Amino acid sequence: MESGFGSDFGSDFGAGGGGGGKLDPGLIMEQVKVQIAVANAQELLQRMTDKCFRKCIGKPGGALDNSEQKCIAMCMDRYMDSWNTVSRAYNSRLQRERANM
Amino acid sequence: ARRRRGATREGRGGTGSAGRGMDAPSAAGLGGADPQLQRFIEVETQKQRFQQLVHQMTELCWEKCMDKPGPKLDSRAETCFVNCVERFIDTSQFILNRLEQTQKSKSAFSESLSD
Repeated sequence: MESGFGSDFGSDFGAGGGGGGKLDPGLIMEQVKVQIAVANAQELLQRMTDKCFRKCIGKPGGALDNSEQKCIAMCMDRYMDSWNTVSRAYNSRLQRERANM
Repeated sequence: ARRRRGATREGRGGTGSAGRGMDAPSAAGLGGADPQLQRFIEVETQKQRFQQLVHQMTELCWEKCMDKPGPKLDSRAETCFVNCVERFIDTSQFILNRLEQTQKSKSAFSESLSD
């Protein structure tokens, strides 16, 4: 999600086109996949933090107390469960749509 | 219900990609002449659209389906999430279909005026 993603993308493809053979497209693809995975993990973490802060932290105190920490831990797991449930449900729906066309 | 190719419109209809992830409008510009790279971009773009929508729906459905996070996701919450996904997609399709209908009736109207 950082600007580095966009600029690396452009320069690698620009140089790697036909003749040189210096830039391995396989390597580029692997690097891009890694960057995408990192971006997705960041996105997940950002939304999880937002949701769990809202659920678990009432009036912000001087530190996170034990109950808040327990809540955050459970919340993280439930958020992951939810994400996986949504992913499966969406995938099923897409497959059903394709089967109906 | 009418079914069309790409009816779920996972990439459009308010996904709010807003520059996150991969939004390559055309694979041909990037990747240049290399068909392998082009294919790669198409596949990854599609995957990323899917991921973005999962993020978005998880966020929305969490608000609707989750009260207090417990030790596990109970079956009621799980059902709620599944329903939520289905209804979100239904909503998206409904909006696109109705928009298409209102556009059609509008253009028919203005065409008859200009005669």
